[in-house]
Amino acid sequence: MQAFAALFHQLDGTGSTSAKLEALQAYFRSATPADAAWALALLLGKRRRRLITGRRLREICLAGTALPEWLFEACHAQVGDSAETVALLWQQRAEAHSGLEESLAQWMDVRLPQLASLEGEEQAEAVQACWRSLPADHLLLLNKLLSGGFRVGVSTGLVTRALAQSADLDEALVAHRLMGGFTPSGAAFAELTAIATENEGLSARPYPFFLASPLEPGQLEHTPPTSWQLEWKWDGIRGQLINRAGGCSLWSRGEELINEAFPELIALAEQLPQGTALDGEVIVWHGDAETPESFASLQRRLGRKAPSRSLQRDCPAAFVAYDLLEHEGSDLREIPLHKRRKRLEELQRSWVETHGSEGTGRLRLSATQRLRRWADLDGLRDQARAQRAEGLMLKALESPYLVGRKRGFWWKHKLEPLRLDAVLLYAQAGSGKRANLYTDYSFGLWNGEGELVTFAKAYSGLDNTEIRELDRWIRAHTTERFGPVRAVEPLQVFELAFEGIQPSKRHKCGFAVRFPRISRWRSDKPAGEADSLDSARALMEQLP
Amino acid sequence: MPLAPGGLLQLTPEGLYCPAACAWIDPWRPVPRALITHAHADHARPGCGEYWAIGASEGILRERLGAEIKLLPVDYGQLHRIGDARVSFHSAGHVLGSAQIRLEAGGESWLVSGDYKRCADPSCAPFEPVQADVLISEATFGLPIYRWQSGAEIATEILEWWRSAPDRPSVLFCYAFGKAQRVLAELHRLGVSDEVLLHGAVDRLMGPYREAGVAMPPTRPLAQIERGVDLAGRLLIAPPAAHRSRGLGRFAKAENGFVSGWMAVRGARRRRGYGRGFVMSDHADWAGLLQSVKDSQAQQVYVTHGQSNVLARYLQEVEGVSAEPLEGSFEAERFDDEQEPS
Repeated sequence: MQAFAALFHQLDGTGSTSAKLEALQAYFRSATPADAAWALALLLGKRRRRLITGRRLREICLAGTALPEWLFEACHAQVGDSAETVALLWQQRAEAHSGLEESLAQWMDVRLPQLASLEGEEQAEAVQACWRSLPADHLLLLNKLLSGGFRVGVSTGLVTRALAQSADLDEALVAHRLMGGFTPSGAAFAELTAIATENEGLSARPYPFFLASPLEPGQLEHTPPTSWQLEWKWDGIRGQLINRAGGCSLWSRGEELINEAFPELIALAEQLPQGTALDGEVIVWHGDAETPESFASLQRRLGRKAPSRSLQRDCPAAFVAYDLLEHEGSDLREIPLHKRRKRLEELQRSWVETHGSEGTGRLRLSATQRLRRWADLDGLRDQARAQRAEGLMLKALESPYLVGRKRGFWWKHKLEPLRLDAVLLYAQAGSGKRANLYTDYSFGLWNGEGELVTFAKAYSGLDNTEIRELDRWIRAHTTERFGPVRAVEPLQVFELAFEGIQPSKRHKCGFAVRFPRISRWRSDKPAGEADSLDSARALMEQLP
Repeated sequence: MPLAPGGLLQLTPEGLYCPAACAWIDPWRPVPRALITHAHADHARPGCGEYWAIGASEGILRERLGAEIKLLPVDYGQLHRIGDARVSFHSAGHVLGSAQIRLEAGGESWLVSGDYKRCADPSCAPFEPVQADVLISEATFGLPIYRWQSGAEIATEILEWWRSAPDRPSVLFCYAFGKAQRVLAELHRLGVSDEVLLHGAVDRLMGPYREAGVAMPPTRPLAQIERGVDLAGRLLIAPPAAHRSRGLGRFAKAENGFVSGWMAVRGARRRRGYGRGFVMSDHADWAGLLQSVKDSQAQQVYVTHGQSNVLARYLQEVEGVSAEPLEGSFEAERFDDEQEPS
């Protein structure tokens, strides 16, 4: 594990992308295939299984160090991470480690699952023996692997690039081979890095998704408005629906197979000709309805292994197709969008002709529009809300279907968010990078009786200078402490932005907002002038 | 909790006060007579009538508080009669000229630790254990997650890190007074003889260290290096306040690291945006704090700075020592780069 620990510290200890790339390449070139396979799975975050909980590690640490529990809590508050707190406290013992060196694969395949399978005293002793056997700077890594919290600052793209370069392969090919999951083993790694062959057997795998970038105003105005295809930006989840010789599958953007959650879409896939891959949106949409249901309906379907008949009836899933990536078994990603779109329309039409009566509206085409003048763009976007969409997509008619986020071809132009001014009520320290800084905030709105009622939490939107300033303010204006939470004097007003607002029984204020974040610190506004629950209700009523 | 009235030391709005000596220790506001533990800005403030401090800190005190201050330089271990009290300064091992201050009157003795550390530091005199009836100790790093390796080990890591980037400059952020010179002295011991570049804030404090005979590699202020000179493979030492500042624009592609006890915690480093963290502190770690309490044989301990609640509770409940946090303007929760001392 020495080499992987060294890689972890190298990646963790530099902000430079080129230094990270070098370190990754050097590791992939020198590690055994079994170790490299595990390293890859861990770096991509594909194997984050929790073998032992952080709480259990804490127990084992306390039993072994005889520290009082309150002292552990005080340390945890400073560190903001259980696995790291345990590692640091165990280091206090300053033991000489036995220096036994086992490979990463040995740890991951044998040692750690063994530890997880033990119980009680036996497990505590075995974990402590592991801690004793390792040098101090490996403890954090071990605890992170045990608790499933291993993370280090490398993106999937960077790891893919490093792997591709170290194996002399095309990056897109490696990305495609990695889609749909990777089971770490020497054999799987050898396959992943094997020389490219014609007609590779990638039958089970989805294509890497092509992602849009946020539109910056004025970026496109030099291009003819007619060279763009406009679509709604749907408020569902992105997916790929595939029918191949090996079977049918529905993949989420997170590369999870979600067949079980959406049996009606798998039934739909089975009605498509073999050798088809569609890119589109999974969304709840009743057969005869003009617009889809809100994201909240889709949430009821997500994560359900076997949705009941009544749930399928109340929240029927549809696939809104916007691209055809594979047709009759051939990869269409390099032909321009307008040609792919034409074939997609033909495919959908023939499905409607043969199956349309049974599954009304289950396979829909994402409606397209053309733009005549750039000046019309924002007016069009503003109609998105009536469509229950999040905004507009702009796709270049000539665009190929690329891999990942490549700027220039696909843009998303989201609706202006909804906004309310709310008063800061509570703050809690963040974790990890934000440990010890008050960065998790709760906000309130005024009710009719002149009281503030909690309404939303937000964690993002302030810059580092503002975070520090607010942190100092919070410490100086705390009125009460509830464990890690501080109540503060209700004086600071923040403008919150959010994507939607819905009635909710779970929230004290009576509604829930989507993606709340801070858009502005209204230091100019006294708390008395912040918004009320009534203004939030009025906002909700304006929406379709 | 406040100090009981009638004791040898009192807490006044100006800070810790000894009526018998008519003197304040590290006062927060101007007073007629200040006894100074060391020259860091949160301990030595301007405007006092007279300052008593270790002779070796004179240069730095005059640099920071003004050349014209009335300063009475003293030596370690010397016994002084001030008013009705007997006062002595003992080495604290924190930075050049740092002291613990012991006061005795009416059959009672108190020790004010100031900031201190117990591990070896080639840039200042070593910590001296001192006995007293009552101890006022700092607790900046008063949590058992803090445990220091020797300065020599950390300097070896720093040297490896610096030498592993021969194609670009390396910038090491350290507190300008104390930590920077300690790192330089440790590097000298590892045989480094090439010139190290210094940010102006660090360079200003080198004189007193050179005069005190601390052996360090040759240094040159960054301002003397002309624009366009290739700095690949060079080491620059700069204060944390210069991190990402415009002045260091030519080091945008440099490796960067931060030397501080806070770097023991991964999140603390990542929050500040440093590449590498080197865990080296001029304060006592957990074990060091406990050992100093033992060495003092104090019947009563008051804890200031940082984790005062935690250390006091631990002493009380686990070690069986009567201990309490001492509240006051000891900068209750300091963790900002700008506020925290090394």
